[in-house]
Amino acid sequence: MAIQKPEELSKINYKPPKTAWFDTPTEIKKGFFCWGNKEKSLKAVGFPNIRQWSVADEDWKLPENWKEIFIEGLRERVNKYRSFRLFLDICVRCGACADKCHFFIGGGDPKNMPVLRAELLRSIYRKYCTTSGKIMGKIAGARDLNVNVLKELWYYAYQCTECRRCSLFCPYGIDTAEITILARELLNLLGLNIEWIAGPVANCYMTGNHMGLLPHTIMDIVNEFKESIYQVTGINVDPSYNRKGAEILFVHPSGEYFDPNGNITFLGYLMLFHELGLDITLSTYCSEGGNFGFFTSNEMAKRLHSKIYAEAKRLKVKWILGGECGHMWRVWHQYHNTWFGPIDFLEEPVSPITGTKFENAKSNKIVHITEFTADLIKHGKLNLDPSRNDNYIVTFHDSCNPARAMGLLEEPRYIIKNICNHFYEMPPQTIRENTFCCGSGSGLNASENMELRLRGALPRANALKHVNEKFGVNTLANICQIDRATLQTLVDYWVPGVAVRGVHEMVGNALVMKGEKERTTDLRGDPLPGKEGG
Amino acid sequence: MGILFSFFAVIALIVIVFIGVKGAGLHYFFVVIIPYAAFLTFVIGVIYRVIKWGRIPVPFRIPTTAGQEKSFPWIKQNKIDNPSSSLGVIIRMAFEVLLFRSLFRNMRTELRDGPKLSYASTKWLWLGGLAFHWTFFIILTRHLRLFFEPVPFFVEILESLDGFFQVGAPVLYVTDIIFLGAVTFLFLRRVIIPQVRYISLASDYFPIFLIFSIGLTGVLMRYFLKTDVVGIKQITMGLITFKPVVPEGIGIIFYIHLFLVSALFAYFPMSKLMHMAGVFLSPTRNLANNNREVMHVNPWNYPVKVHTYEEYEDDYREFMKQAGLPVEKE
Repeated sequence: MAIQKPEELSKINYKPPKTAWFDTPTEIKKGFFCWGNKEKSLKAVGFPNIRQWSVADEDWKLPENWKEIFIEGLRERVNKYRSFRLFLDICVRCGACADKCHFFIGGGDPKNMPVLRAELLRSIYRKYCTTSGKIMGKIAGARDLNVNVLKELWYYAYQCTECRRCSLFCPYGIDTAEITILARELLNLLGLNIEWIAGPVANCYMTGNHMGLLPHTIMDIVNEFKESIYQVTGINVDPSYNRKGAEILFVHPSGEYFDPNGNITFLGYLMLFHELGLDITLSTYCSEGGNFGFFTSNEMAKRLHSKIYAEAKRLKVKWILGGECGHMWRVWHQYHNTWFGPIDFLEEPVSPITGTKFENAKSNKIVHITEFTADLIKHGKLNLDPSRNDNYIVTFHDSCNPARAMGLLEEPRYIIKNICNHFYEMPPQTIRENTFCCGSGSGLNASENMELRLRGALPRANALKHVNEKFGVNTLANICQIDRATLQTLVDYWVPGVAVRGVHEMVGNALVMKGEKERTTDLRGDPLPGKEGG
Repeated sequence: MGILFSFFAVIALIVIVFIGVKGAGLHYFFVVIIPYAAFLTFVIGVIYRVIKWGRIPVPFRIPTTAGQEKSFPWIKQNKIDNPSSSLGVIIRMAFEVLLFRSLFRNMRTELRDGPKLSYASTKWLWLGGLAFHWTFFIILTRHLRLFFEPVPFFVEILESLDGFFQVGAPVLYVTDIIFLGAVTFLFLRRVIIPQVRYISLASDYFPIFLIFSIGLTGVLMRYFLKTDVVGIKQITMGLITFKPVVPEGIGIIFYIHLFLVSALFAYFPMSKLMHMAGVFLSPTRNLANNNREVMHVNPWNYPVKVHTYEEYEDDYREFMKQAGLPVEKE
């Protein structure tokens, strides 16, 4: 793919065009959009308007009454979500959000200013759902819905990673994620999804994970992982699957089975569980914590995740532990309890090692792995040798959802400071609640939209470059599988020489296990500091 | 287009007063009927809008967390920016509504060659917004002098503080200056900053022009044109006691001021100005981040079609058995 050089790509023109935005037609540009969904992906979950279509075609093969469906869907949703209606009603267009979006910063397209991205839908809402818009029309900021407007909506609904950075700065807390989530719901009523989302959704519904890994495949992969751990540590870990009566069910993103970068994080979990002797099981039926359904419709998100509590109930576990994943935690933290609660068949989570009660998870019974591990370290339950990570000069990338939908900021940092000796923060405007998206979240981690992703990653990469030049940072730690799967490519482009690593990968490196052999390599097979000669 | 439309809309409102009062002599209409109708529209409209919002469910608890969550006693929670209790939410909302906390975070992003992105704190919008809203509120409160006899003590205190510098006669109110300055600033940034100009609609310019005209006519009345204050107080007292009177000889400037205020009141419920009430209802701000601790109920939660474990096992039983995984049915 012919992508320009970083120096070229970063010449960005922020000046809006001369013509007003509603008079400026949107050109659907290659490199910015993902391929449309395949027929079979919609069929698997029974979505409407199943047909063969292509974004490049003039005709998107919409149902005849598509306009009614869309407007009816819009009217229904503004009466079901106070957030949605309020956010469509009260924006004053102060512009505070404009330069907070990574896609706008890296691309300069004015329709990627969160306010304007929302106005694309707001103008339709005004036209069909408000009196002033019906009467005053254009002067009230209302516009007719037609095929071009619909295509524009589609194009920009899939140019928002739902990272919620804009909502932090909005004086009314208007959350663009809420707008694009519902815009995508409306588009899905017309069969307008992208394959990169629709495919994983279909897989996840049938096989329990986005990758479509069948039960025996998962077991084959895990056997390879066991072998890798044995080679590095001389220890046989023995994770169990679908085991009834275990104390804890562990759920993690399935990308960790598949993505070479995510694999190693998974090794870290397995080593930790083995070392603690946890009574823990995984499941092939709920072999996915992530939820691409959430990027489709709230109903689809619920359909995919019902398996987690169902499996916890079937296996009669006491509580659930969750791995490192970004949007999975948004869904688990902000939606699960509401969808599936009250969760009275599980017990309030207690760490079997430290006895700590996880008070903040006592109702939905799901604990984040970094909460779990931070507690272990605080109580001195882990034998850690941070010098094994001495080759890593680390910074931490807060993933959007754990940062802005949970506030999970200190737990991962506490772990990192205990497992490695060299840790430096990126500038404060780019971390914690201010963190920048990887540019590939919310199902936009495809390859055909690479220019969009590279542009979206510019703010994150630029902050990384700052600490890379200043402190020699060579490792970007994170707690999100999408980061691990996507950021490496983007970082290679903007800040070559920096590796993207899961926090529990480094936990696995530092963890001194009972009866282990003398380690000479890290979990990737690279020599440990001081063992280069061997 | 929006800017011109809005400008001429406000001019038209002023012309209407001239024609109506000077030409047609509709004093009673402009001094009694319009203000009553506008006020009624305002009250009913705002209540209607708020009830309409209030009746829509909040299906999910989706606060934007802006600080450390509550987890362990040894990790310091940011109880205001990431509240887990009602008290925390009240404080967060108070900061938001009274001090514009989120705007205070604002930063300006700049891209230089390299590429190098830098972020500088920028408080101008926060300051301008705060100055505008607070002086507007103080000026409105000062107007209570016209609706009470005797004048309430807090209004007198406010007036003496506002006129602290004792400049001129009548005494110059600092808020008047700040108010007009702030409105001008908000207007100028809207036309000067290209991105903000690009997103601005008629409904953004119209309230600015309207509010500026209200401020300007008020200032003209108080400092420059002689107006019959006693007569005005007769009108306002008459309105509030439902015994409306229309004294002779009140200058046209008062009619304009009152009509523009009425226009603002009537326009309020159908406009973006409803953000004043809406901010209190915003689910990303007014909810505690305690989702895993306390269940949030969605009134329209409904069962969905799922792929059950039984179906999954039926689909893949042979594979599972081969891989040594336990199954429910052999």
